[in-house]
Amino acid sequence: MKHQRNPPEVNAGSMADIAFLLLIFFLVTTSLESNDGLQRMLPRPNAETADIYERNILRININAQNKVLVADNLINSKDLKNIVLDFVDNGGAQIDSPFYCEYCEGDRSSYSSDSPAKAIISLTSSRNASYDVYLDVQNQLIDAYNSLRTREAIKRFTISYSDLLLEYHKAENYSSEKVKLKSMIEEIRSLYPIKISEAELKI
Amino acid sequence: MKFKTKKSNSSLPPVSTASLPDIVFILLFFFMTVTVFKDQNLLVENTIPMANQAEKFAKVGVIEIIIGKPLDNYQANYGTEPVLQLGNKIGGVHDVSAFVLEELSLMPEHLRAKATVNLKIDENVKLGIVNDVKKTLSKINMLKVNYIALKK
Repeated sequence: MKHQRNPPEVNAGSMADIAFLLLIFFLVTTSLESNDGLQRMLPRPNAETADIYERNILRININAQNKVLVADNLINSKDLKNIVLDFVDNGGAQIDSPFYCEYCEGDRSSYSSDSPAKAIISLTSSRNASYDVYLDVQNQLIDAYNSLRTREAIKRFTISYSDLLLEYHKAENYSSEKVKLKSMIEEIRSLYPIKISEAELKI
Repeated sequence: MKFKTKKSNSSLPPVSTASLPDIVFILLFFFMTVTVFKDQNLLVENTIPMANQAEKFAKVGVIEIIIGKPLDNYQANYGTEPVLQLGNKIGGVHDVSAFVLEELSLMPEHLRAKATVNLKIDENVKLGIVNDVKKTLSKINMLKVNYIALKK
């Protein structure tokens, strides 16, 4: 009778050890894989050719020594972002021209791009250049465009471009909020469209 | 003096470890839920470069191509020059279009138009092979690529 009322307790002391073993197993097998990256579009296989003024092209080249050249001049790779910023935001078209860019804050030099929509960045590279240099260049190009877009987004909607994208992804599908945010993003994108060409240039 | 302090310490009640299993279990469940068993092993070296503008992308409709030097135990067969890992096999640039088109055919129909190619490229790879892969992809009209990078 006494035994039935008080059955011996099961020792749970080893529970922690078993849990630890399982924990370590899952710790080891887990790979918190990231899917972060830079999204780009490749050039179309047989794209039509277009005639472009030389002033609207920024030629960036990565040579076999992993050096970055802009318009055949060696530059420090850290300066690339600012060079791209100046080039895209130049807005060199005259005030009576149809391409006049009223929101540009650049130097309005007649030797640089007419307007952000006309500005094309040409990126070429040597086969012996290293991939991390290439990715750094791509990263800086996107960085330059994103900071321009953020500037315009703050000016127009008092919200930064990255926050705008975040809000868009958070908003409920098919809600009027989402539609509004989408049109805002599209407006900003159309102000500074990313035009990076990796095609061969025919001079 | 030393002896005395020791004695006063031992008179403190011991820290209870009764909640330890619970904490461990919580951690265990966390890792159990986030674990994804990999269906492929890395056959090539793959140190992904950093980029501070990297964004997160959905993992649907993704075809993965890994580029890097073969790992040590594969170097006898595949040499030390960078190669492509396509699924669970090591291949060359000429295998890309067949692999991508096969992966594409396995995808549900509504994802095919949105399919993206994730390029996981080791930072020491030379651009030549990368450019060849890009050219092949553009030939078969897979224009959306995603250069995988670690966010700084």
